[in-house]
Amino acid sequence: MSGALAAGWLLAGGAAALPAWLYLTGVRIRADGGRGWPPGRTAAWLLGCLLTGVALAPPLEAAAAGASGHMVQHLLLGAAAPLALVLGAPVTLLLGALGPAARRPVAAVLHARATRALTHPVTGAVLAVGGLYLLYLTPLYALSTRSGPVHALVHVHLLAAGCLFAWAVAGPDPAPRRPGTGTRVAVVVAAGGAHAVLAQLLYARAGELPPGAGLAAGEVEAAAQVMYHGGHLADLALLVALFAAVYRRRWWSAARAGAAADGRLLTS
Amino acid sequence: MTAAAHPAPSPSPARRRALLTGGMLGVGTMAAADVVVFHLVLGWHHFYDRATPSVGLLSDGLLQTSYLVLLVAGAFRLADARRAGTLARRSAVAGFVTGLGAFQLFDGVVDHKLLRLHQVRYDVDLLPYDLAWIGSSVVLLVAGLVLVRATRHEGRDRADR
Repeated sequence: MSGALAAGWLLAGGAAALPAWLYLTGVRIRADGGRGWPPGRTAAWLLGCLLTGVALAPPLEAAAAGASGHMVQHLLLGAAAPLALVLGAPVTLLLGALGPAARRPVAAVLHARATRALTHPVTGAVLAVGGLYLLYLTPLYALSTRSGPVHALVHVHLLAAGCLFAWAVAGPDPAPRRPGTGTRVAVVVAAGGAHAVLAQLLYARAGELPPGAGLAAGEVEAAAQVMYHGGHLADLALLVALFAAVYRRRWWSAARAGAAADGRLLTS
Repeated sequence: MTAAAHPAPSPSPARRRALLTGGMLGVGTMAAADVVVFHLVLGWHHFYDRATPSVGLLSDGLLQTSYLVLLVAGAFRLADARRAGTLARRSAVAGFVTGLGAFQLFDGVVDHKLLRLHQVRYDVDLLPYDLAWIGSSVVLLVAGLVLVRATRHEGRDRADR
């Protein structure tokens, strides 16, 4: 029993520590080259690592046996951690840390047609919210409570799809052909709406859903409300990140244009 | 009062922007207050009351996220205008109060009565609650519109920016 507990802590610690270590290595390589890196970006990434670790840590895994605890875990893993990670601008850091020779294949992957399709906000929204529909409206949820590997796969999917969605919508990383602000806002509204409808559906059919899970109706009703309100908190954070990025870019280019007009612009 | 003294009442762009910004913030603020106060704190509104048709559910899902967009986009428009020094302050307040009333009226009539998402409160005689809800929204809306009219000359006399 305590062996399983130790393994759980090890997994959660590793899931937090490994990406943190990789990122800090990238920051150090930049610093060695005499180039700085915004501390806010580092802080965001480390927060994302911490949230991932907390979501997977044994106490929360134990709480996730109940429906409400499960929802909290999902919100941390699928929404909070991904947004924080994405705000760390990991792709920018990676490209900056690589030498010119290594940068070319990475850039080629980023610009590949498949990557473009995968990193479209609609793809992220369908994978993230569609995955939840699949989880709660099919026997997948019941299966994930019985099978360790399925449980782990669901977690990996949540985190990956959440990152993809947040990256496409609000990422400070440059994305090839990222759609305009209006499109991204519309995708957030549609995804948030679909998420809320699923929560209300779970509430309305609390006795039957998720199929085969055998959860008490009251438990699912409580979890559905956590899902609904937590989803809106996640939408709020995502929208703040999106509009803050637009705002910063506008004033940054205004300052640049002003400096150029004054003849003070250094060639970049 | 002396409309003849101002023969060309075209609102300045700064005022038009401020009205819209204030309106977005008003709607978004009231929508957020509705969720926090009546759903979460008081527990008067039910999450879902089983009398809701599915079109109500779908529109509620989309609307709730849209209110968040209005709130956040409005806040950044406000920050933008302040930074650029073009904020027509009194017009923004007028738009804000109008937005508060407009949301409250929409919520009281469309959400509660037409879409039947939930009622103001349960296990009580609804009529006084509905009257208070819709009455207060009309008061806010009228106050907002009076302010909109009172601030109609803002930003016209001095040069923009």
